[in-house]
Amino acid sequence: MIWNETFECMSREEMRRCQSRRLVDMVERVYHNVPFYRKKMQEMGVGPEDVRGVEDLPKLPFTTKQDLRDNYPYGLFAVPMSEIVRVHASSGTTGKPTVVGYTRKDLATWSEVMARTLTAAGVTRHDFVQVAYGYGLFTGGLGAHCGAEKIGASVIPISGGNTRRQLQIMHDFGSTTLACTPSYALHLAEALIESDYNRDEFKLKTGTFGAEPWTENMRREIEEKLRIKAIDIFGLSEIIGPGVSSECTCQSGLHVFEDHFVPEIIDPVTLEVLPEGADGEIVFTTVTKEGLPLLRYRTRDLTSLDYSPCRCGRTLVRMKKCFGRSDDMLIIRGVNVFPSQVETVLLEMQETSPHYIITVDRKNNLDVLELQVEVKEEFPFDRISELQKLTDRIKRTMESALQISLSVKLVETKTIARSEGKAVRVIDKRKTL
Amino acid sequence: MTIKQLSVFLENKSGRLTEVLEVLGGAGINITSLTIADTSEYGILRLIVSDAEKAFRLLKSNGFSANLTEVIALSVSHQAGSLAKVMKALSDEQLSIEYTYAFCLGDKAIAVLRTDNPSRAFEIIANRRFTVVSENDVRNI
Repeated sequence: MIWNETFECMSREEMRRCQSRRLVDMVERVYHNVPFYRKKMQEMGVGPEDVRGVEDLPKLPFTTKQDLRDNYPYGLFAVPMSEIVRVHASSGTTGKPTVVGYTRKDLATWSEVMARTLTAAGVTRHDFVQVAYGYGLFTGGLGAHCGAEKIGASVIPISGGNTRRQLQIMHDFGSTTLACTPSYALHLAEALIESDYNRDEFKLKTGTFGAEPWTENMRREIEEKLRIKAIDIFGLSEIIGPGVSSECTCQSGLHVFEDHFVPEIIDPVTLEVLPEGADGEIVFTTVTKEGLPLLRYRTRDLTSLDYSPCRCGRTLVRMKKCFGRSDDMLIIRGVNVFPSQVETVLLEMQETSPHYIITVDRKNNLDVLELQVEVKEEFPFDRISELQKLTDRIKRTMESALQISLSVKLVETKTIARSEGKAVRVIDKRKTL
Repeated sequence: MTIKQLSVFLENKSGRLTEVLEVLGGAGINITSLTIADTSEYGILRLIVSDAEKAFRLLKSNGFSANLTEVIALSVSHQAGSLAKVMKALSDEQLSIEYTYAFCLGDKAIAVLRTDNPSRAFEIIANRRFTVVSENDVRNI
């Protein structure tokens, strides 16, 4: 099933023309409405007249997460705030989140690409979609919600967490589609197996899972345990949220909705555009976005692009499942975590040294994060109550900075290896990549 | 008149205690008393030794997390009920004790305690005529 055949099955030449037309319009808009882009383009000696089509993309500047942070909160918006009808945000490295804004048209675009996503997964107006992504500033919940509404499915906006209730609603309401992170899907699968419920009484048949990396092994496990088809979806709030690309039921690569988000693969070191099929960092230009249009946004996700047509009939380019990151960002329960955030918090505390080790593991299919911190020699650790207070304070401060729960383990002074070069600060025991 | 106690922060790793003891033993430092307060993640080793300052420097230079802590040491007779008398005197005055431990020495016993109000503790001890053990006494044990 295809939601929008016109755009999803267009010939490659037509797609190129469509992208080019939209890019020219977008460059005009950002040049005149976003001082940041005008300045960058002037520095590079590029004007809107130099961009005639997608072949001119390499002439344009890149945008990074740092640029969004430097222009916090609304500095890169290209329309007056009166045109912004929704704001979302993702966790940031310095306590400041990355803020994204949507005009009414942007929200329509988002619903459109999520409608395509769900339809590609086999969801129709006859389905019951249980949205177990978090609702709120995180784009997962409302993104899936609006897409499901657009195709006319019945939306169950349960949001994340409360596993027993998820199972009860799934059972009693007859949910046919589950939308959540893959690790939470696996957690639900095991909770269902251990519960008194009989799988045969459930109507669940499909899941659309994203917001964190997962492996083919994990997919097989989810499919076997939940007895559903598990579809990988991809997105990031800076581009629009979920709905940037999605697998179809062929499960052989994620179709990029490239009439809205034009992808390029670059070498993350030289920043050169790489040829078709090469592995590199995927970069998107949001040619139709009004609120926060971004030129060549560096996602830091590593993948490759395949332009051959898919068996499903879509001609949209397919990206491989992401196989890594070109920075040190961790994705823990769908939340972006940078080790540098941990360092920033530790540097502000008097009682600890800025040396730490983050260990990420998956227990009962949920990501768990343990932080090892060195106590300074001067700390009056003879009082265990003081040590416990310190542990609690580190935990609380970290949790509010990182927006995820974690455990803290105090270790002896100078036992965490110092290194001149790139220190190993992260031990990721999850077998996701 | 407090005495110096050596406190060492130890992760729960096998062999870590032995390393501390070897460093002290190698430098001729004798241990009068040793106790460990343990949690699931780490332990606090508390020692009364023949030369606390020297032991402290030695442990730090060997990479251990060590503190010197002022504690009160009382000498009581090694008889049933004598420690209870001391503790009752302190608790009657609402003095809170963070931790305490004791060891025997012939017909005497030494009770070591840490409180957040040592001056008040000494007042009570003086009023009740309990015997305080000094740093010098400890060296000669």
